[in-house]
Amino acid sequence: MVVSAAPAEVEVPRSADNPVSDKPWVTIVWNDPVNLMSYVTYVFQHVFGYPKKKATKLMLDVHHKGKAVVAAGAREAMERNVEILHGYGLWATVKQDK
Amino acid sequence: MEPFRSVRGGGARAWLAAAEASLLRSLVGQVMSLVEPDDLESPGHAEDTEHAEDAELAALEAMVHGPGADKPPDDPVLARLLPDGYRDDPEAAGEFRRYTEPALRSAKHQAAREMLDTLPEAGGRIQLTKDQALSWLKALNDVRLALGVRLGVTEEFEEQWGRLKPDDPQWSAFEVYAWLGAVQESLVQAMK
Repeated sequence: MVVSAAPAEVEVPRSADNPVSDKPWVTIVWNDPVNLMSYVTYVFQHVFGYPKKKATKLMLDVHHKGKAVVAAGAREAMERNVEILHGYGLWATVKQDK
Repeated sequence: MEPFRSVRGGGARAWLAAAEASLLRSLVGQVMSLVEPDDLESPGHAEDTEHAEDAELAALEAMVHGPGADKPPDDPVLARLLPDGYRDDPEAAGEFRRYTEPALRSAKHQAAREMLDTLPEAGGRIQLTKDQALSWLKALNDVRLALGVRLGVTEEFEEQWGRLKPDDPQWSAFEVYAWLGAVQESLVQAMK
């Protein structure tokens, strides 16, 4: 596993519907003492299609910093993410990234 | 138990003793009844809900009964299984919950149901497709969340457990919690 203290880099897919400048909403995952590190990494890979290295880095950010931004985009898409992550038992919230 | 191993085609297999299967079935069944909607009060409905094994039916019921609650459940376990979607914004959290909680309850119920359907009561060989393994991961995680909240588990789980005397009533619950973690870990590794 790659351990890094750098802030999470979130790659946002660019499209005509979702220009980067118009992405004030984010999906945040919070640390909790129950979820296995391997499981959280697996969920990030499975739900977002992130490569293992990026999923692991985000998981470690959650673990060490208490939270991490795991996706950014339109509000509706972030709410959908949170709904899916709640289905996996991760502790996720939506926030406007001002 | 023989831990999960991956199988060709993306599934996983394991072997469980009868007592282990029985323990898992009991715990998953408890979570299943916990996430069932509790605000359905029409006469004769309780019986229907009890037998509503079909998630589509549950989803239809949610639609018929309209939006869900807008406040987190009082039970801390249920509040962890059905968390707020917004922090520091009760209005947005309430709105989000009203429109997502019924479907979330239904999805958790379905994952638990799929786990029970593929978990023989007498134990033995477990053979899961990729989709079934995914349901197991979710349902196992919900059981661990429920038990973790009840036991007040922190990041220092090993130390918490170590401080208990073996005759403490909570000792065996910690042992079960640790075992569930090992089962889930082996399934995650098998799914990679």
